[in-house]
Amino acid sequence: MDFLNAIVALSNFVLIPAVAYGSQLALGALGVTLIYGILRFSNFAHGDTMAFGAMVTILFTWWFQSMGWHLGPLPTALLALPFGIVATGLLVLITDRVVYRFYRRVKAKPIVSVMASIGVMFVMNGLVRFIIGPGDQNFADGTRFIISARDFKAWSGLAEGLSLRTSQVITVITAVLVVAALFWFLNRTRTGKSMRAFSDNEDLALLSGINPERVVLITWLIVGALATIAGVLYGLDKSFKPFTYFQLLLPIFASAIVGGLGNPLGAIAGGFVIAFSEVTVTYAWKKVLGYLLPDSLEPSSLVQLLSTDYKFAVSFAILVVVLLFKPTGLFKGKSV
Amino acid sequence: MSKPFDAPGYNRDGSIVNPEGRGEFTPGPQHGKARPAPGGPFLIGEAMTGGYSKSGPDILTGCTIAVDKGEIAVIVGPNGAGKSTAMRALFGMLYLSSGAVRLDGEDITDLAPQARVIKGMGFVPQTHNIFTSLTVEENLEMGGFIRKDDITETMQQVYDLFPILKEKRTQAAGELSGGQRQQVAVGRALMTRPKVLMLDEPTAGVSPIVMDELFDRIIDVARTGLPVLMVEQNARQALEIADKGYVLVQGANAHTGTGKELLADPDVRASFLGG
Repeated sequence: MDFLNAIVALSNFVLIPAVAYGSQLALGALGVTLIYGILRFSNFAHGDTMAFGAMVTILFTWWFQSMGWHLGPLPTALLALPFGIVATGLLVLITDRVVYRFYRRVKAKPIVSVMASIGVMFVMNGLVRFIIGPGDQNFADGTRFIISARDFKAWSGLAEGLSLRTSQVITVITAVLVVAALFWFLNRTRTGKSMRAFSDNEDLALLSGINPERVVLITWLIVGALATIAGVLYGLDKSFKPFTYFQLLLPIFASAIVGGLGNPLGAIAGGFVIAFSEVTVTYAWKKVLGYLLPDSLEPSSLVQLLSTDYKFAVSFAILVVVLLFKPTGLFKGKSV
Repeated sequence: MSKPFDAPGYNRDGSIVNPEGRGEFTPGPQHGKARPAPGGPFLIGEAMTGGYSKSGPDILTGCTIAVDKGEIAVIVGPNGAGKSTAMRALFGMLYLSSGAVRLDGEDITDLAPQARVIKGMGFVPQTHNIFTSLTVEENLEMGGFIRKDDITETMQQVYDLFPILKEKRTQAAGELSGGQRQQVAVGRALMTRPKVLMLDEPTAGVSPIVMDELFDRIIDVARTGLPVLMVEQNARQALEIADKGYVLVQGANAHTGTGKELLADPDVRASFLGG
């Protein structure tokens, strides 16, 4: 019984939240890795692109809610998501037209684009705060739990409860669908292959008649969609606050680099590595250990390795270790 | 201390920018249209003078290169003679102050490189001439990217020409040996069904046996009626298979003739065929 309790507590506080968080990071890291692979720079504005997408989705959600439209047990945000994707797609295309295209034309070093993206980050950041404000916004509705802790306890008779939130299930399902669609697109379609070809060798792509501007356009659209989806899922699962999205940049970059920059498969693996490390290191293990260890060994402290306030240190530490010992990432990405 | 960020070997941090696969081609200023210009050889770069920038030094001075249907034309010459540059000039990657490029009865001097691909120029660069992370088949598929029709027939022809590629078609092209990579590179260029095939040192860095094999394949390609123009470092072997040879010295034509004539020419022999 104690063993079961330990497993349930572990699932409830570590496994399920980490899987959901990992999916969100993976979606974010996929966007970063695509820009890195095809436009050849690290896009620092990615976190704020996510915030913008989530913000537009929230505004539409509120409007739909005021009109009385909803999806029953599912959050209304899913209905508003396509509008958020379109708006974000437009925003990134405008940004590309106004900012990045010039640097491509003059064949500027990619580091110039990196610096430009930091500027774009500040602009987007300001835009989002200007429109929706810097505070916390709540937009989740529909059924909150698929399995609530109380129901689970009553059903299983265990002391520990297991709760499964709708947002967590939606996050994982959406992430799986999106990733499957993306991989199908990159590996099976002509346009997807031309994107990989362009990423591999720009000059040869040109010689083969692949239009670089078209590849860039499609990349931005995909990245806009990925960022919006990741942003909305994160907002549904936790809460929406512009500053949090800016902070997400670190774990997202860590995920992309740990997996191997420029490698989509690596971005996903990296997302889960970072999420699981972050959650396990900041979790107070007292409860689980209490169930597993004999009474005499029961820990008196919380057995929390790191306070949640320092969770970013985890991403940072992993990033440093990976860059020191396996610079190409877990999967073979570009040599870093 | 004050080294610029992009100095060689200074910034090795690839987590910020992606150093791989960046475009290095510097297209010339061309962005005009093709004009009809009937007559003359199938492809000719006539009296080309120009360099890599508008104000920079001229690398080519009055250089003429031509190739006709079913022929193999070879450009040879000492290092730094402007062999590859002459080929790049034909492909529109140079600032030409005078001279003209004509292909199949059209004056294409003002066309951008991309437009020349569509006009039927198949170009195989010396290095970075395959998509290393794509499979062999995907490489060929990308070669046929501009075509709207069915490419399977052309792919079959390429596989007939290079049987080893069919065997390795699901393998990443980057895992192949040097000779096989060159076959992929030539195959990719053939996929566009070009009107003329331009090869920049196809045998660079491959073993002599593989080189002979590659030359045999190139002869096969030329026999189908496709004009082949190539720059070669291995002058003797290249001239043996050449219908036309151009010896360039310092960006200008030094000797021109059939391959056999050039091989027999005492001047050519003395200057760089090693006697």
